[in-house]
Amino acid sequence: MTWKHKHLLGLQDLSRRDIEMVLETAKSFKEVSSRDIKKVPALRGKTVVTLFFEASTRTRISFELAAKRLSADTLNIAANVSSTSKGETLLDTARNIEAMNVDAMVVRHSSSGSVFLLAEGLKCSVVNAGDGCREHPTQALLDIFTLQEKFGRIEGLKVGIVGDILHSRVARSNIWGLTKLGAKVTVCGPATLMPRGIEELGVDVCYDLNRVLKQSDALIALRLQKERQQDKFLPSMREYSRLFGLNQAKLSEAGDHLIVMHPGPTNRGLELSADVADGPQSVILDQVTNGVAVRMAVLYLVLGTKTPA
Amino acid sequence: MAGTKIMDQEAIRRAVLRMSHEILEKNKGVERLGLIGIRTRGVILAHRIKDAIKAIEGMDVPTGILDITLYRDDLTLVATSPVVRETHIDFDITGMKIVLVDDVFFTGRTIRAGLDALVDFGRPAAIQLAVLVDRGHRELPIRADFVGKNIPTAQNQDVQVILGESDGKTDEVVLKDAPENNEGGLNV
Repeated sequence: MTWKHKHLLGLQDLSRRDIEMVLETAKSFKEVSSRDIKKVPALRGKTVVTLFFEASTRTRISFELAAKRLSADTLNIAANVSSTSKGETLLDTARNIEAMNVDAMVVRHSSSGSVFLLAEGLKCSVVNAGDGCREHPTQALLDIFTLQEKFGRIEGLKVGIVGDILHSRVARSNIWGLTKLGAKVTVCGPATLMPRGIEELGVDVCYDLNRVLKQSDALIALRLQKERQQDKFLPSMREYSRLFGLNQAKLSEAGDHLIVMHPGPTNRGLELSADVADGPQSVILDQVTNGVAVRMAVLYLVLGTKTPA
Repeated sequence: MAGTKIMDQEAIRRAVLRMSHEILEKNKGVERLGLIGIRTRGVILAHRIKDAIKAIEGMDVPTGILDITLYRDDLTLVATSPVVRETHIDFDITGMKIVLVDDVFFTGRTIRAGLDALVDFGRPAAIQLAVLVDRGHRELPIRADFVGKNIPTAQNQDVQVILGESDGKTDEVVLKDAPENNEGGLNV
């Protein structure tokens, strides 16, 4: 069991074995975060930079804490204060940061595939923290880790993903990861926000949330990305909420076996009602806790790989 | 490759029993005593010592599991990150007399990592070291308090401890000439 990837760009590129290795490693790192002294010296002397061209609190802080708990030094760069706002290209910005001997760059960018450009052009490890509508691998890994923790298995698990599938990198990463591990994934959302041919990724499509709820063990509600709705995909937010928002009534009808997940930040009252988000079936805060452990595992594994992937 | 058998099942059993008595003698009983095994075979030995102490004194000694991977001093030298396994210590080690247990005592680097890991969990009153085999060639100023057997070895030889619980075979300690791959691991 060895890890051979210098970068983590998406779950599309990982094998089932690779994903299982991240999950196994994350289990050990979760224990570190529960200690009084939440720090181990594994990445002492390494430098991890987070380079974010899109807004984020959870993911950035989660990566920063993960790096710090492994004793790496961290540096955070937000796009609005970086030189890209003066017209520097993405690759130039990244190369300049790398020139200061950085070991890993955690990148979020609005262009799908931008992380590949960086992985090719840089010598350091690149970890994708969300590239456009393509992938957000660590989110899916922490979702899968949480599911594994709650159910003890992924194989055969029925997982529904509801919301804006078209724009969701979280959905795509989860589809890759969950199907590779043998889960049965059903995607659900307005037809305008359902990408054509999504079935080819090995998922079922269903436009009725109540039906998805009844047949699922877990439901991942996606954030409705208001910033990507300029093209009038939806008649109204209210209609979206009525058809695809999850509230306690719909959840109770489906039964109390189901667990509810959300990658955050939640639009309360839109995709998730407050009583569901705070209710006993919600594992949203467990996801956040597990996010640090999973990102520790990812940083530990990619930074430990000397040979180019 | 066969190698030379240094200890058989009976010898290992007697050594563990003697070390258990020595631990009790030195610590004057089981009060504030804790055992922590270093993965993988140290954990098995720690549990055998725990069982022996239970048989002798009728008392349970808290026992934990330590994985030292994240504290290794060669992480920047190895080609790929070694597999990390869980550490599980469900008692507060502060103020306790902790006996660290491992199978083979060699360079001392594993124990150094173990000591660093332990102090991250609290401040024990004392830390002692129990090993089944001491094969010499120390690279750090560390010594063992309880030793099952001292075995003179050459640097390039390999000491293999085989225990039923982890290896599914009869217990034995074997000395081999050409070192075999110990899971791509550290020289312990």
